Amino acid sequence: MKPAPSVILFTTLSGLGFGFLALLGLGLIATQGWPAFFHWAFGYALAVGGLLSSTFHLGHPERAWRAFSQWRSSWLSREGVAAVATLLILAPQALSDWLGLGWGQGFGILGAGGCAATVLCTAMIYAQLKTVPRWHHWTVPATYLAFALTGGLILAGTGLWATGAALGLGLLLAYGWRVGDSAFARAGVDLASATGLSGLGLPQVFEQPHTGGNYLMREMIFTVGRRHAAKLRTLTLILAAGLPALAAAILPVLPALILGGLSHLAGAMAQRWLFFAEAEHVVGLYYGRTSGKS
Amino acid sequence: MTCLPAHTDKRLGLVIDLDTCVGCQACVTACKGWNDQGYGAALSDQDPYGADPSGTFLNRVHSYQVTPHDGGTAKIINFPRSCLHCEDAPCVTVCPTGASYKRSEDGIVLVNEDACIGCGLCAWACPYGAREMDQEAQVMKKCTLCVDRIYNENLPEEDREPACVRTCPTGARHFGDFADPDSTVSKLTRDRGGVPLLPQLGTKPVNRYLPPRPKDRPEEASLLAPLLDIKATGFAGWLDRMLGKLD
Repeated sequence: MKPAPSVILFTTLSGLGFGFLALLGLGLIATQGWPAFFHWAFGYALAVGGLLSSTFHLGHPERAWRAFSQWRSSWLSREGVAAVATLLILAPQALSDWLGLGWGQGFGILGAGGCAATVLCTAMIYAQLKTVPRWHHWTVPATYLAFALTGGLILAGTGLWATGAALGLGLLLAYGWRVGDSAFARAGVDLASATGLSGLGLPQVFEQPHTGGNYLMREMIFTVGRRHAAKLRTLTLILAAGLPALAAAILPVLPALILGGLSHLAGAMAQRWLFFAEAEHVVGLYYGRTSGKS
Repeated sequence: MTCLPAHTDKRLGLVIDLDTCVGCQACVTACKGWNDQGYGAALSDQDPYGADPSGTFLNRVHSYQVTPHDGGTAKIINFPRSCLHCEDAPCVTVCPTGASYKRSEDGIVLVNEDACIGCGLCAWACPYGAREMDQEAQVMKKCTLCVDRIYNENLPEEDREPACVRTCPTGARHFGDFADPDSTVSKLTRDRGGVPLLPQLGTKPVNRYLPPRPKDRPEEASLLAPLLDIKATGFAGWLDRMLGKLD
């Protein structure tokens, strides 16, 4: 699948933002007054910035408001509804923390649940697709949630908590890649079942249906850079999990937060690039793509 | 609403006969031609006369070489690929705006282009590559089963079928109601063992593909068979017998 920069920015920034907002909502980052204002503003900026960048890949962003209507059937619609609802629910908590209104933690706890639901919806946009076997697996929502939690704990400067979460994320990533690599083969789809020609023999592409490219090939049969996958996976593990875990364990809070946060975000973007670039769509079969070859 | 209808009164769709399709691409051009002037945004082309032309098509004809399992000579099978108007259409349920829908009266899957935000998720959800985003209009395009032809009383009755079916010179494409057991498409599917594509993905496609009939085996029956058994008579017969004795 084509790794669109706007979607990589959207999923990484909003995931990080909602992870950080959830910890603020739960009151795990104890702040009052102006520090609270800046903490909340930072969380909102990440989440809203991510959501806005998601509209850049739309053909008609001016109609984006319509995407709030189909929450009964569509994970993409649910994601939009959950994101806006969560940001609204958390607003009173942010005001209370900033101005010392003493409204308790109710809105924050409810909003933290909303943050988790939003990240889950984002992941389910991809995990629901049977047409992309690598994505159609529980490790996808688990990975998105783990990224949000780890990113939040790193930015909250929680020391060993962040170290533990980052190490857990690393293990989950390694497991996800392991099961992902055989996902297409396990899905049991091939050109014979795609064409219904299995009774006749073994089909192979003789000639492509068109000499130029088309939307399908550009969007879903993206293969550039898969050969660098192994290097990028190692880089992802080091940047997203290894370095932040080490920084949180041995550095003082502020340097750990800045270095770990930047490293983690870069790692998250590398992971998200791979998430799209390595995902193979079933439609590639019609064009002679088979799993593992690029 | 992008929830799917529980039941559709008709199940309109196509039967595509892989035995008779010759891969002439007439259905591709007829489809493009009709859908350039009627329903919704026209199917655009980018750089059509330049070095890297591409464009939006709702129907593509692939060519596959099929080698029999027991060896033997490979066959070329021409394979038209378009929307199969699935009963459990994943392209409909993923749509966040309600632009993508399946009609309860006849089962046709359509896009309301005025509500389409061009997110492309429906194209990702379709295993058959039936949807293409038009690069000019930035909305999703797909086969409408020529909904603006099949009910169009301004057209002569023989033209009230999809453009691809109407134009096919070998009669490889058939249009009809799969919910009616006596329709041509239902009978063809029964008689010829019509198959769905990728049934394991649970989309329940309506369209069916008729597998190619088994062809002659060249090593068993020579094309010259009727000529090999001729007995020469007269002078030619005498010459034949005499030359035979010279061995």
